[in-house]
Amino acid sequence: MNRLLILGAGTAGTMVANKLRRRLPGDEWEITIVDQSTEHHYQPGYLFIPFGIYEPATVVKPKSRFIPKGVTAIVGEIDQIEPAANRVRMTDGTHLEYDQLVIATGVTPRPDQTPGMEGAEWRNSVFDFYTLEGATALADKLRNWGGGRLVIHITEMPIKCPPAPLEFAFLADSFFRQRGMRDRVEMTYVTPLDGAFTKPVASKLLGGMLDERKIQLEPDFYVESIDNENKTLVSYDEREIPFDLLVTVPVNMGASFIERSGLGNELNCVPVDHGTFQSTAWDNIFAVGDAADIPTSKAGSVAHFAIELFTENFIQHIHGEEMTHIFDGHANCFVESGDGKAMLIDFNYDTQPLPGKYPLRGIGPMSLMEETALNHYGKLMFKWIYWNALLPGRPLPVPALMSMAGKKSVEE
Amino acid sequence: MSLATIADQEVHVDDEGFMTDYEEWNEGLARQLAANIGIELGDRHMEAIRFLREDFKTEGETATLRRVTTMSGIPTKELFQLFPKKPAKKMAYIAGLPKPAGCV
Repeated sequence: MNRLLILGAGTAGTMVANKLRRRLPGDEWEITIVDQSTEHHYQPGYLFIPFGIYEPATVVKPKSRFIPKGVTAIVGEIDQIEPAANRVRMTDGTHLEYDQLVIATGVTPRPDQTPGMEGAEWRNSVFDFYTLEGATALADKLRNWGGGRLVIHITEMPIKCPPAPLEFAFLADSFFRQRGMRDRVEMTYVTPLDGAFTKPVASKLLGGMLDERKIQLEPDFYVESIDNENKTLVSYDEREIPFDLLVTVPVNMGASFIERSGLGNELNCVPVDHGTFQSTAWDNIFAVGDAADIPTSKAGSVAHFAIELFTENFIQHIHGEEMTHIFDGHANCFVESGDGKAMLIDFNYDTQPLPGKYPLRGIGPMSLMEETALNHYGKLMFKWIYWNALLPGRPLPVPALMSMAGKKSVEE
Repeated sequence: MSLATIADQEVHVDDEGFMTDYEEWNEGLARQLAANIGIELGDRHMEAIRFLREDFKTEGETATLRRVTTMSGIPTKELFQLFPKKPAKKMAYIAGLPKPAGCV
């Protein structure tokens, strides 16, 4: 019997378990999936919690519901991978042996990495919204907040769902307007990037959207520490930004056991081949989803497209064939822009987000990089798709590789 | 992509003036590139630049600020003093490497 071990039962790990259980004969392959938690969180939903659009309970379901029959699920904490011995040591001292290993333990916000972030003001006037606790605490704060200086801040790239802080800014603007208090809130968007977003066309468009909403942009800001006493963000080049309410996105890092196993880069992400997800160090180790070091968005859509291809590659790999389903870095996401509208962006390693139309079978073309109500409904509908089609590994009517169909080229 | 003359040598550069051919770079060029953006290269600057060159050779991409600090041991604070305002971008420019991806 061959043993496939999957570390992490989040978006990527769950999809891998579902896809591969269907493809690997039950009498030849044993599949085990390990996670330290029993709860599956719909992470894109965190964004809506601070504004009372979603209740915390709507983004949580038991992980067991999404693990298929024929896959053994273990709840436990990983201590270390021992790649030379083809086994994983758990913190309770037991070992899990494997023939093939898939690492899908994602990345986690690490407020402890920035001096002062977890200081006296943490969850008083300093919040994150990339955890259920953070998003819920922020909802409580916003409900009674009288206004002042709101600073939205990204500590360091890469982060999960890179447009989410912008979406937060747009939704906050809309939230304060609806409450008739927008004039009492001064908003600043602070980023280590040189503009609102990374790629030129999207950066210009999204930067314009910040302008329209009178949200100040503070680019090239690399935070050194948070001064809790003076409620100030301090950068390495000694700029200071005062806040009354700071919504920050901490550094995102891979799991600590990856570092302990000597398999990580400086952010504990696993170096892999960008086309096949095979570890650059070990032939029988793959890393998928956010846990990999591929230079694309850390996002569920990327994991979805990537795993469509990974599944085919993995089958080739175990048959000793060359892996030919090369990933192009395809990412696709709805960017919520407030007032019941959203934009859609679609891009890959080589092609930046472009305007135009995105063909979608059965629903019709969606507008790319344009704020429409249909895109907003697409975003809301995605939650249902996530639980019912994406996680179970059912086919979706979107191609894994990016297509230029409908896209327009633009002058930068 | 176009050709530019830097320190009397013809080199390939992109729209923003970043060199595009790893092999065309040398330390003489680095001095001129640094001067273009108002930096006079000292030993400590060169330590960072040499790290970036070596790292690119094995990794195939320009190191992020965190990577430079973690791997070369030069504190981030110092990198901001050596290459003011935009250290990652400035180091890449001087080292003749692509602008760091920023990772969408």
